[in-house]
Amino acid sequence: MPIKRQTIRDHSAEANLFARRAVIAALVVFALLALVVSNLYVLQVEHYEDYQTRSNGNRIKVLPVAPNRGLIYDRNGVLLAENRPVYSLEIIPEQVSNLDETLQVLQALMGITDEEIADFKKSLRGQRRFKPVALRTRLSEEEVARFASRSHRFTGVSVEARLTRYYPFKDTLTHVVGYVSKINKKDLQKIQEAGEEDNYAATYDIGKLGIEKYHEDILHGKVGFQQVEVNSQGRIIRTLDVQPPTPGRDIVLNLDIRLQQAAQQALKDMRGTIVISSTKTGGILAMYSNPGYDPNLFVHGISSKNYSALLNSPDRPLINRATQGQYPPASTVKPLLGLLGLESKKIDEEYSINDTGRFRLPNVTHVWRDWKKWGHGKGVNITKAIELSCDTYYYGLAYEMGIDAISDYMSDFGFGDYTGIDLYEESDANLPNRGWKKARFNQPWYIGDTIAVGIGQGYWTSTPVQLIHATNALVNNGTRFVPQILRGYHELGGDTTLEPLKTLRPIEIVDQNNWNIIHDAMFKTVNSDIGTARFAFANTPYQSAGKTGTAQLFSVAQDAEYVAEEVDERLRDNAMYVGYAPYDNPEITVVVVVENVGGGSKYAAPMARKMMDAYFELYRPEMFASTNDTQGAAE
Amino acid sequence: MKRSTLRENHLSISHRFHVDLPLLIGLLVLMAVGLVTIYSAGGQDIGLIERQIVRLGIALGVMLALAQVPPMAFRRLSIYAYGAGVLMLVAVLVFGDIGKGAQRWLDLGFVRFQPSEAMKLAVPMMVAWYISKFNLPPRLPHIIIGFTLVVVPTILIAKQPDLGTSLLIASSGVFAIFLAGMSWRLIMLVAGLVGAFLPVMWIFLMQDYQKQRVLTFMNPETDPLGSGYHIIQSKIAIGSGGLEGKGWLQGTQSQLEFLPERHTDFIFAVFSEEFGLIGVLALLAIYLFIIIRGLMLAVRAQNAYSKLLAGSITLTFFVYVFVNMGMVSGILPVVGVPLPLVSYGGTSMVTLLAGFGMLMGIGTQKKLLSR
Repeated sequence: MPIKRQTIRDHSAEANLFARRAVIAALVVFALLALVVSNLYVLQVEHYEDYQTRSNGNRIKVLPVAPNRGLIYDRNGVLLAENRPVYSLEIIPEQVSNLDETLQVLQALMGITDEEIADFKKSLRGQRRFKPVALRTRLSEEEVARFASRSHRFTGVSVEARLTRYYPFKDTLTHVVGYVSKINKKDLQKIQEAGEEDNYAATYDIGKLGIEKYHEDILHGKVGFQQVEVNSQGRIIRTLDVQPPTPGRDIVLNLDIRLQQAAQQALKDMRGTIVISSTKTGGILAMYSNPGYDPNLFVHGISSKNYSALLNSPDRPLINRATQGQYPPASTVKPLLGLLGLESKKIDEEYSINDTGRFRLPNVTHVWRDWKKWGHGKGVNITKAIELSCDTYYYGLAYEMGIDAISDYMSDFGFGDYTGIDLYEESDANLPNRGWKKARFNQPWYIGDTIAVGIGQGYWTSTPVQLIHATNALVNNGTRFVPQILRGYHELGGDTTLEPLKTLRPIEIVDQNNWNIIHDAMFKTVNSDIGTARFAFANTPYQSAGKTGTAQLFSVAQDAEYVAEEVDERLRDNAMYVGYAPYDNPEITVVVVVENVGGGSKYAAPMARKMMDAYFELYRPEMFASTNDTQGAAE
Repeated sequence: MKRSTLRENHLSISHRFHVDLPLLIGLLVLMAVGLVTIYSAGGQDIGLIERQIVRLGIALGVMLALAQVPPMAFRRLSIYAYGAGVLMLVAVLVFGDIGKGAQRWLDLGFVRFQPSEAMKLAVPMMVAWYISKFNLPPRLPHIIIGFTLVVVPTILIAKQPDLGTSLLIASSGVFAIFLAGMSWRLIMLVAGLVGAFLPVMWIFLMQDYQKQRVLTFMNPETDPLGSGYHIIQSKIAIGSGGLEGKGWLQGTQSQLEFLPERHTDFIFAVFSEEFGLIGVLALLAIYLFIIIRGLMLAVRAQNAYSKLLAGSITLTFFVYVFVNMGMVSGILPVVGVPLPLVSYGGTSMVTLLAGFGMLMGIGTQKKLLSR
């Protein structure tokens, strides 16, 4: 672009003008620096003595005070996470006249090991001056007393108390309640991004897992400040003023620790999970994943040996199987698939098949087989198909409905998506559809894939919490509650302010009768004389409904038979059960998944019954002994 | 004879790498002073020093790279750099990340970027480009457009809100216009207008916390444990340093953590406490040396664009020094401007040394385009 010139440019005149202006600028710079210097002269020379006195007498410091972390209770007020004081022996090196001698005396007095001395000396380097350095953490009460009686002889050495978390129920609750641990660099970065540095200025631990992590903002509280007088060495002499911290709120969980313990006892040493929710609110009454581990290990920093043992264990204790375990839902979703068949009018109540134990598609050589080798015979309608868990019926039904309809409807029930439970450790598992298979394997969807999905197998996986969520939606006629562990807040005086219930988009009902047919079929599964769960639930004082499931983790060759003893243990069937009770007015829903043990009716259904028995013994004792008082249902 | 050949040799080496040796030495001395002070202010944390050295290394690399670019290339880039910068400032206000309660960062997916930093160079480039298109001294319409070019980004940045940076950017643009030869009568008029604008800014542009800072500055003793605490503690640190200082690592105000932001914005208080007025005078001498050298390079530059840009970069550097020392010693309100090349921190360091890179490029260009 050519520059338009109004007149001929006089470069030397411009250069002179610029030089003059530069000189003026330099003079202004001089003048302003002179102003700075004169001000510094006033501060540093004229008022030197004044400021020196103020510096020497500078005694008032503002220190942050950490808030006490909110406690965690179960629904009946049992303390699940508490704060306990721990004591540590700390030294401010600058205040000790002869450090080596002091260390020697302390070594004799407190039985400090050479290793601890070495660690202490290591942490001395790179430490801020006048900052305390810990010589021993987690002193016993006896050690605290021993030092306290002689503390006057040790200037610069003190016992400091701090509250830390303790989880009295240890491995029973790890996956749900989680744990806190020391704030690390990554946490610090998150705190800074959230603009919470000031609030965490004095905080030592932060929630790392489970409820402790998810509800960190409720539990943490707000930092306080303390105005203290210190001497010229930085040691606190007295406290002048305190703006106390606001402690974190005590929270109440939907959990009932007794049911949680019952779940742990039922699973014994089997890998698996049991989830119990209150049917009409989605509140989680129990959620146990086996095996667990002791969360207290993490509070004070787990040793790398212990950690790698947990990490590398083939039983994968670090996983919360209830929310992260991705299992084929198997026959437990047959009621939902049947409901879709009825609602989409592919079948009706009357429609039945003659089950020969084999299912074929036209022009396909592959044969899909029922779990029962000779089939269930004539007259298998939808009710019987659920009662008997007839695979053949569902192969045909899935073929009729097609993957698109199945995938859409199951996603309405929450499969393939996060349930929104208040845990960060949640998987969305996998609800397959055409697009997913294309993206994942770059393959088209085959009809055979649909047939497998029709019995809850194939590419379909779900988490137990998804199963309980979907079952609740089925029982509640389409209303969907987010499974919630948090029940509310503990107020002074013992009252609980309830957290509002959260709902998700409900499922549309085409014909209420269809839903009733399915409920009835699940009732018959438990109560008829042919139902797959009839043995497990024989003679219960309440009426329940449910569905068994046996998930294959291993494809049996076309003409081979599945023989448990011949299959590698990790590839044996998962036993599953979903159920709810009482049938007339449901209060609880139970999901059981036991890994690699075998059939659902044999292994999972009896555990679900144990859970229902435990619940009704606690909340409906009149069912078992007619004279006891009613405690009221958990809603 | 020998002396002159040595001198020519030295000239040719620095010319080949486009490095102005006196300026480089001044900057390096300053950085060394910074490291020594950060070590003390940061509680003898060697990790802090290592990170600062890495940053200095990167910043020096940027400086050397930019020194190789001919000033005319920057001139051609000016309008694009400015246009892109303004767009990004608007984007920050709309989509920006909020860090420390202010929206300054733009997340481009692969990198988080603070457009206001780039504007510290883009604004003087743009103003210098625009003003130098016409004969100097600039006429009234050009001055008005020049000021508009300055005011738009200044307001956008003040809205983020980042008072310190908007002040630096405003001054960088104004310096370019001043150096171009804006008439004294107009200067008086503008000064009057700015005076009238201040109440408007107070009411409409400043956030509550910024107003609080200014009020506290007016009378720090009213709130000795709240926001006045910083200024009081900082003045005690400086005053108690006296003539000779308490000695390196011996400043009680900093070592006992009475001073806030010790290794960043308030590092000058730590320096004054430990090295006293004598140390401060030496530090000021280094700054003055760099500023005078920068102005010399500007005066010697080949064309109006280079002169205006070089002069503006140098004087903006001075504004850092003056505002930081002023706020730490209590004669200016606390606006969050670091002590250049001494304070710990990375973002402003790269911009500062990038500016010096351009300055060196201008100062060492061959006299090709002369007259």
